[in-house]
Amino acid sequence: MNIVERLLEGDKKACARLISKLENNEKEAIDIVKQLYNRTGNAYVIGITGAPGSGKSTLTNKLTKELLKQGKKVGIIAIDPTSPFSQGAILGDRIRMNDLALDKNVFIRSMGTRGSLGGMSRATWDAVKVLDIFGCDYIFVETVGVGQSEIDIVKVADTILMVVIPNTGDDIQAIKAGIMEIADIFAINKSDLEGADKTKLEIEMNLDLNEKNEYRPPVIKVSASKNQGMRELLEKIYEHRRFLEENNELEKRRIRNSRLQLLKLVEDELMEIILDKSVKDDLLDKLSREITKGAIDPYTAKNRIIELIRR
Amino acid sequence: MDRPIRVLVAKPGLDGHDRGAKVIARALRDAGMEVIYTGLRQTPEQIVAAAVQEDVDVVAMSILSGAHNHLFPKVVNLLRVEGVDDVLIIGGGVIPDDDIPGLIEAGVEAIFTPGSSTKDIVNYIKSHIKRK
Ligand SMILES: Nc1nc2c(ncn2[C@@H]2O[C@H](COP(=O)(O)OP(=O)(O)O)[C@@H](O)[C@H]2O)c(=O)[nH]1
Ligand SMILES: [Mg+2]
Repeated sequence: MNIVERLLEGDKKACARLISKLENNEKEAIDIVKQLYNRTGNAYVIGITGAPGSGKSTLTNKLTKELLKQGKKVGIIAIDPTSPFSQGAILGDRIRMNDLALDKNVFIRSMGTRGSLGGMSRATWDAVKVLDIFGCDYIFVETVGVGQSEIDIVKVADTILMVVIPNTGDDIQAIKAGIMEIADIFAINKSDLEGADKTKLEIEMNLDLNEKNEYRPPVIKVSASKNQGMRELLEKIYEHRRFLEENNELEKRRIRNSRLQLLKLVEDELMEIILDKSVKDDLLDKLSREITKGAIDPYTAKNRIIELIRR
Repeated sequence: MDRPIRVLVAKPGLDGHDRGAKVIARALRDAGMEVIYTGLRQTPEQIVAAAVQEDVDVVAMSILSGAHNHLFPKVVNLLRVEGVDDVLIIGGGVIPDDDIPGLIEAGVEAIFTPGSSTKDIVNYIKSHIKRK
């Protein structure tokens, strides 16, 4: 059996290998995605973001167990940052998910962000599509919430769950800075600790400031490690899904995501072509030096580069 | 090779210390590898499931409890049952010299005892990877 047949039969080894090949940008794997792309679109993708240590992995584990009880097949993609110094990474999310590893209806994959040049969003997107083809009903994408990565998961997720913890004034500040808008649901995790009510109030007050949308993100107190509030949280996810589906918003959101993905692919390839073409007589270096000396202005230099692909 | 080597660092068995495993994990990361760390007290079945799903190049196990003669070969065999034949399997921990030949015989390709430097382990992995 070839890798495609094995993937469609639910073979985890084939699924894992295909994800690796896509991560490494191998043509054979891209061809497989092309061939199977018409089988995508069935999985519902949930992005989970929040500060390191807020309990994202623990929460993902518990939500997965609820989904398994309902007979669902679940994929989990857990992303941790790659070290900019060594290009290596320690991917530790499985620590909180070991008890899921043997379930035949769960597939867990850890990924490093690797290079910044579209690395994460592209590889994540690919892995999501493979798990979708693999037959997952739900796919969780866990990313550490430190800036760009939250924005990036918007590109793959249908519902975005923001995990916050009580008593961190900082956190709410960070959420205010542009990230608040992307959350569809707020889970205040570790509500067994003090301060959850205050945090809930602060988030609600922030939401009050937003113009009245049809959908207001719910804010719910949970405790993943104590397995409290997991059913309610899952119910909120279902509610959001229903909202999207009933208002034609799901399709809109997916089209927006596809558009971002398409632009990203084009951008990556254009950059590659440009870098490739300007290797000839060191055009990039030469122009950079001339700009610095004032021999050419950056706008004219830019046109010189653009001419390379216009031709 | 222009992709990072992926390594599963696993702690089978019941001992509750993972300082050594964490030191190794960090050294491998600093050498540019992607280290999937699964924490304490893994069963051989869990280790194999993780190795399969993470599609690792290397399974590196560490044991301090003395159960290596039982657990290391078990992982090797379960990987074979799964049809995984292109993964480098190495072990470490407190392992008496007398036990090493038997473990090598069982399919663990190298054993690193507390005297080994992390550099030795990095170099061994880099030169013994089975997949391009
Ligand atoms: N008190 C408390 N601790 C929790 C809760 N959920 C997770 N934790 C702990 O928080 C730590 C980080 O959890 P983890 O899931 O790895 O966080 P992540 O980095 O966001 O994925 C672990 O020690 C968990 O046991 C909770 O509801 N209450
Ligand atoms: Mg995590």
